[in-house]
Amino acid sequence: MSLRNCRDVKVLQVSPVGRSETPDEFFELILEYPDWDGWKPGQFVMVRPVSWELDMLWARPFSISSAGDGRLTLFIQKVGRGTGRLARIAPGDMVTLWGPLGNSFAVEKDTPTLLLAGGIGIAPFRGYVERHPSPKNVQLFLAHRLPLACYPYDYLCGHVQGQCILEEKPEDLDGIIDAMGGLIKEYAQKKGLVLACGPTPFMRTVQRFAREFGARAQVSLENRMACGVGACLGCVTRDGEGHHVQVCTKGPVFWADKVEL
Amino acid sequence: MNMHVSIAGLELKNPVMTASGTFGFGLEFAPYGDLEALGGFVAKGISLKPREGNPMPRIAETPCGMLNAIGIQNPGVEAFVTQALPALKSKDVAVVANLYACDAAEFGELAGVLAGEEGVAALEVNVSCPNVKEGGVAFGQDPAQIARVTEAVRKKAGGKHVMVKLSPNVTDITVCARAAVDGGADSLSLINTLSGMAVDVRTGKPRIANVIAGLSGPAIKPVALRCVHQVVRAVDVPVIGIGGIASAEDALEFILVGAHAVQVGTANFLRPDFAFGLAGEMEKLLSEVGAESLEAFRGSLQLPL
Ligand SMILES: Cc1cc2nc3c(=O)[nH]c(=O)nc-3n(C[C@H](O)[C@H](O)[C@H](O)COP(=O)(O)OP(=O)(O)OC[C@H]3O[C@@H](n4cnc5c(N)ncnc54)[C@H](O)[C@@H]3O)c2cc1C
Ligand SMILES: Cc1cc2nc3c(=O)[nH]c(=O)nc-3n(C[C@H](O)[C@H](O)[C@H](O)COP(=O)(O)O)c2cc1C
Ligand code: FES
Repeated sequence: MSLRNCRDVKVLQVSPVGRSETPDEFFELILEYPDWDGWKPGQFVMVRPVSWELDMLWARPFSISSAGDGRLTLFIQKVGRGTGRLARIAPGDMVTLWGPLGNSFAVEKDTPTLLLAGGIGIAPFRGYVERHPSPKNVQLFLAHRLPLACYPYDYLCGHVQGQCILEEKPEDLDGIIDAMGGLIKEYAQKKGLVLACGPTPFMRTVQRFAREFGARAQVSLENRMACGVGACLGCVTRDGEGHHVQVCTKGPVFWADKVEL
Repeated sequence: MNMHVSIAGLELKNPVMTASGTFGFGLEFAPYGDLEALGGFVAKGISLKPREGNPMPRIAETPCGMLNAIGIQNPGVEAFVTQALPALKSKDVAVVANLYACDAAEFGELAGVLAGEEGVAALEVNVSCPNVKEGGVAFGQDPAQIARVTEAVRKKAGGKHVMVKLSPNVTDITVCARAAVDGGADSLSLINTLSGMAVDVRTGKPRIANVIAGLSGPAIKPVALRCVHQVVRAVDVPVIGIGGIASAEDALEFILVGAHAVQVGTANFLRPDFAFGLAGEMEKLLSEVGAESLEAFRGSLQLPL
């Protein structure tokens, strides 16, 4: 009965990224691509290895980092039980996969577009950059804590202009916030588009500056999810009117002025 | 094999229903299967007025289960009738409305609104509101309240099938079951979630904003089976088994113990197409175990003498 949107697919490859100092902290999970008719950058998938049996019940949500040529690439940071076990999955194992889910980032060919990534928040931007019709209008800013080699930063800089700041000490955060403020102000002035993905405090900063400078900004949220299809109401956030809305179906991407963070 | 079941006037083409709160208003799962593959579908709990539900975080994963404290977020009965029901009406599936209110009068009023709605095959009464005006005890834990609420719904239901959903958070579930039957329940569905909690030693905080939440999923199946086993022996109305069903074998365990049908909840999150294939798999497994029919298999549990 299963339609193509939910299928068991094979793990093709699991590759650690930026291995040396941070073993397995980041990895690429490359899956058989279920030939979805179309996916848009910012959308995500739910992944649940068949071998999880019933111990871990929920699938985990991950942004589509890249897809095509029979491969679906997810870029994952190991943070807990689920991602820890995913890091140890082997090629040939089967995972249950459903998607593509949620909405997507705005793509405006001729609008100067700023991508703000906080760490692993860079994941959806790989697909965004690969699919953008006019990469010369796109600029990337990455705030990161782990070595640059852990992120697909150099790869993205082959497509778009990039800038990054390493956060080693607490003081570095001020520099990051200043840089973000400056960039958001600049894009507000040139009527550009600001797209952000990263941890919640990072998104709050984006939201604050977007309000202050009147920038058109979108933020992608990472709420905990059970179903991914809008049914359980476990992933909600408050919209601009204070109503609870599902992040999985009404998001994960929200206009920064239309969501309470 | 004929998988049709008759539950005191509620006709289902197969014994598989999806449980309230885990299947939205039905259409969320349309990309993953055909709603008509189900015997029935229980809509997300609805109240008279819209409710925003509880603050976040509302869900947490536990070994073989999950905790939820959604707080019956729903758009209210008017929106259910005008927005969800029209799309469901044309489908060949029994649509069950799950009712949530905080006193007997409000339950009656809610039933009254739905009584005239053609697309609704049955009303499932969720008697586990924690903040009841009358008496100050949760409905689901007070047999007198259960009887009163059931009666109020029965009176206003306009002849629709009334199913009362029981809570396992009681000392003796058979007492509650009898109270619902006394109040006029056509059938009983059980169980709702078990009361539980989870905390985080790193943050020092509860994992759910509401602190106490409802446990569901495979972890609760033994409790659910025990409750069904006790209730089918205590009352003579049909029982619908709910709790931790994640395979055809799980579902048939409930039928073996005496349930007429089952509801699948948390397993819909394991994969969104899960419920659609379940009736077919149950049919296959029934043949494998040599059952002559679903009816012959039902309640055929062999107890020690
Ligand atoms: C739409 C969406 C897209 C996402 N895309 C990616 C992606 O491309 N790459 C990636 O690595 N991660 C992504 N995430 C986050 C990822 O889903 C979580 O890191 C993962 O679910 C954690 O699972 P776990 O079992 O390892 O962690 P758990 O054992 O559940 O939790 C361990 C730790 O992880 C944190 N955590 C749990 N869930 C989340 C979450 N949803 N977001 C952030 N932290 C969380 C907890 O607070 C806790 O500290 C995305 C999340 C969403 C909602
Ligand atoms: C996220 C979630 C929301 C629920 N919402 C409702 C509800 O609105 N009304 C209700 O009667 N039961 C509700 N339930 C309980 C289920 O319908 C079911 O009784 C319970 O989850 C046990 O079954 P399971 O183990 O198969 O999930 C909810 C359960 C979950 C997990
Ligand atoms: S994850 Fe279930 S509603 Fe969003």
